Amino acid sequence: MDKQELMQRLKEQIIKQLKLEGTKPESIGDHDPLFVEGLGLDSIDALELIVLLQQEYKIKLNNAEQGQEVFRSVSTMADFIMERQAKQV
Amino acid sequence: MSQKVYIAGVGIISAIGNNVGENLASLKDGNAGMQQMERLQSVHKDKLPVAEVSLSNDELCSQLKLPNHISRSALLSTVAAKEAISNSGIDIHKWRTGFISATSVGGMDKTENFFTEFLADHQNGDLKNVVNHECGAVTEITADHLGIRDFVTTVSTACSSSANSIFLAARLIRQGFLDVVVAGGTDSLTKFTLNGFNTLMILDSQYCQPFDENRRGLNLGEGAGYLVLVSEKVAESMDQKPEIALSGWCNANDAHHQTASSPDGTGNYLAMKGALKKADLKPADIDYINLHGTGTNNNDIAEGTAIKNLFEGNYPPVSSTKSFTGHTLGASGAIEAVYSVLAIREGLIFPNLRFETQMKELPFAPVTELQHKELRNVMSNSFGFGGNCSSLIFSKVIG
Amino acid sequence: MYIRSASAVSPQASFNQMLSTPAVYTGDKLNCIEPDYSKYIDPKLIRRMSRIIKMGVAAAMEALKDAELSMPDAIITGTAYGCLADTDAFLSRMVEFNEELLSPTSFIQSTHNTVGAQIALMLHCHHYNNTYVHRGSSFEAAVLDTQSLLEEGEAENILVGAVDEIIENSHAIISRFGIYKESESNKLLNSGTDGTMAGEGASFFVFSKNKEQNSIAKLEDVKTYYKTGRKAENIIHNFLMENNVPVENLDLIILGNNGDSKTDEHYNTVAQHLFGGKRLVGYKNYCGEYPTSSAFALWMATMMIEHGKKINNATSPKKILIYNNYKLKYPSLYLLSAC
Repeated sequence: MDKQELMQRLKEQIIKQLKLEGTKPESIGDHDPLFVEGLGLDSIDALELIVLLQQEYKIKLNNAEQGQEVFRSVSTMADFIMERQAKQV
Repeated sequence: MSQKVYIAGVGIISAIGNNVGENLASLKDGNAGMQQMERLQSVHKDKLPVAEVSLSNDELCSQLKLPNHISRSALLSTVAAKEAISNSGIDIHKWRTGFISATSVGGMDKTENFFTEFLADHQNGDLKNVVNHECGAVTEITADHLGIRDFVTTVSTACSSSANSIFLAARLIRQGFLDVVVAGGTDSLTKFTLNGFNTLMILDSQYCQPFDENRRGLNLGEGAGYLVLVSEKVAESMDQKPEIALSGWCNANDAHHQTASSPDGTGNYLAMKGALKKADLKPADIDYINLHGTGTNNNDIAEGTAIKNLFEGNYPPVSSTKSFTGHTLGASGAIEAVYSVLAIREGLIFPNLRFETQMKELPFAPVTELQHKELRNVMSNSFGFGGNCSSLIFSKVIG
Repeated sequence: MYIRSASAVSPQASFNQMLSTPAVYTGDKLNCIEPDYSKYIDPKLIRRMSRIIKMGVAAAMEALKDAELSMPDAIITGTAYGCLADTDAFLSRMVEFNEELLSPTSFIQSTHNTVGAQIALMLHCHHYNNTYVHRGSSFEAAVLDTQSLLEEGEAENILVGAVDEIIENSHAIISRFGIYKESESNKLLNSGTDGTMAGEGASFFVFSKNKEQNSIAKLEDVKTYYKTGRKAENIIHNFLMENNVPVENLDLIILGNNGDSKTDEHYNTVAQHLFGGKRLVGYKNYCGEYPTSSAFALWMATMMIEHGKKINNATSPKKILIYNNYKLKYPSLYLLSAC
């Protein structure tokens, strides 16, 4: 899967996991900040995204702080997932 | 001047002892209660240390002569409440007596086992295991065991629950509604809370280090604590009039976030300030603060900042006894209220175990060694989910 | 203390609707008719909220609006079961996934004080906030705390309410205790059969220490008892004596009979002994049976008084007694007067 496809899938998964009813995948920009501005997510959402990574991509984050870097945008999330998956192979 | 509300007796069971004497000995000797999970059956057994009460359900049941389908929360509650009454020496049936308990998990320890069978088939699972699921059911088991009927209720505001039951008791006594109240709270360890806190990623895989720069989170614990609060009239009737009173209390809300504390601990600040006002004391009058001090990044910075702002350079000795007992959730307010009473009675400041490095944001560090000192006023903090912040002040009664 | 406003999310769409064409239910439960929550709750907050939280918040906001109060001095909530849907979601997933891949949101919201906390969060209310969870007297405990806080002088205006919800799994479990009707009937209160129907609801009130221009009623007294051993007739008689209200001064008595022939007998006996010839009504045909249903009864009584004032009818009730006795274990009494 290329990054574009992965980002599209991530947007759909984020909307579902965080119950962002009324938000369309195309309205989330690849580089839009997910927290505070942009989607306006908070620390509980960050924890939900950690669950999402584990559930959908079998990637485990060890602490919530790590999430701050990873969850800056859909693009950074995708990069992180691809990097981890590359390592696993 | 409103009438005083005295502390006539205390009772406790926790990971560091099955009664007041054992708890006090552990506090003096610096013996913490965390270890590898033994009683709770969880997949996280090897990763997450907890602070369990040493007695098994069977042992508690046979001690109390209660049937073994009863929630561990109720068993712990009954042990501690009974001790509090016998410690007070009061014949509770001579007075208008209430029982105000608090719990956050109620009978969840039994429900979670029931659910495994129930989810497989809705007709499965022994109903005996859910009949006491409700928080109030846990309270009633103890109330009935003690024979208290004049007023019985249950508070549930997460980790501040039992601090709230204690000030309600004080208020109802002051207003002449009751003469004696056994007030406090209980919580047993459950997979529900263990996994819940684990999803929040605030459990420490090592033994917790409250108020340390390098703190990693909290350890869960279990237990129960109760105080016997009495009116002036009851106090006068006792052979030896109690020397400690609940002089101040306040509940305030952080109104910042469902779980996290605001960075400057607004709710914590308001609760401590309100309790001082109620007690008609100045910050400098406080001789020791028993911290909420869970060991999470968020709590300790919020609580520490609130203390920094309220006490402004005049910092009293502080420590978190959760470094001994773990975080006993709904029971913690009452367990720490018992420790605050013991601190005044024994003239002791309990150490904050495993402390190494002062938090860089704070101009003070917790006490690390047992200190002998006469204490007049001790503050106990309890903060919970939903921004629920409570502070209690216990004072030595002079004259 | 005085009631400045009352609001409910219940199996009835509104009080006026309930007067003209009440919603009628068959089967074994009555579910709430929910309002359009977007009127009350920011979409950013609403996405995580389970049904009970939305119901509670909506009833609370409506009560504040009706009282023209922007910031209460305290928020006090009663709930027997707490946030069942969140508790169930977390518990079920914990069992199914063997303690892995759990969502923090349902755990966070499973806490019993979530409704009171969410109201505080929305109002940015830093004041006193407490939650009582004592089965059939959870709401009564909240009202007693309200009374005590007003007396202590720590508050003037208090938002107080009760919430409880039915969810599929709790209904399945409680049904196994055999307390709900098995026969299909829409006449709950006069069915003559065993069992009742489950109910749910969120009712909130603004209570104030002093009489305000918009006060609807005075709550003269409230009492709850635990395993008293005393006969209900004596309790009620003493309650009225203490308040210097002879039975003949009561315009209406609202009773908690729930259509279960086993327990309705109790209410019939009380009515015969104490309230011969008085106007008696039940309320559980409107809201169903649940541990905090007395909050619905108090809402109904308050609305009847307000309605009576509006239509200015001489026969409208001005003094109302509510007697509920959940599972015949938690007798509770409320005495209201129009003001």
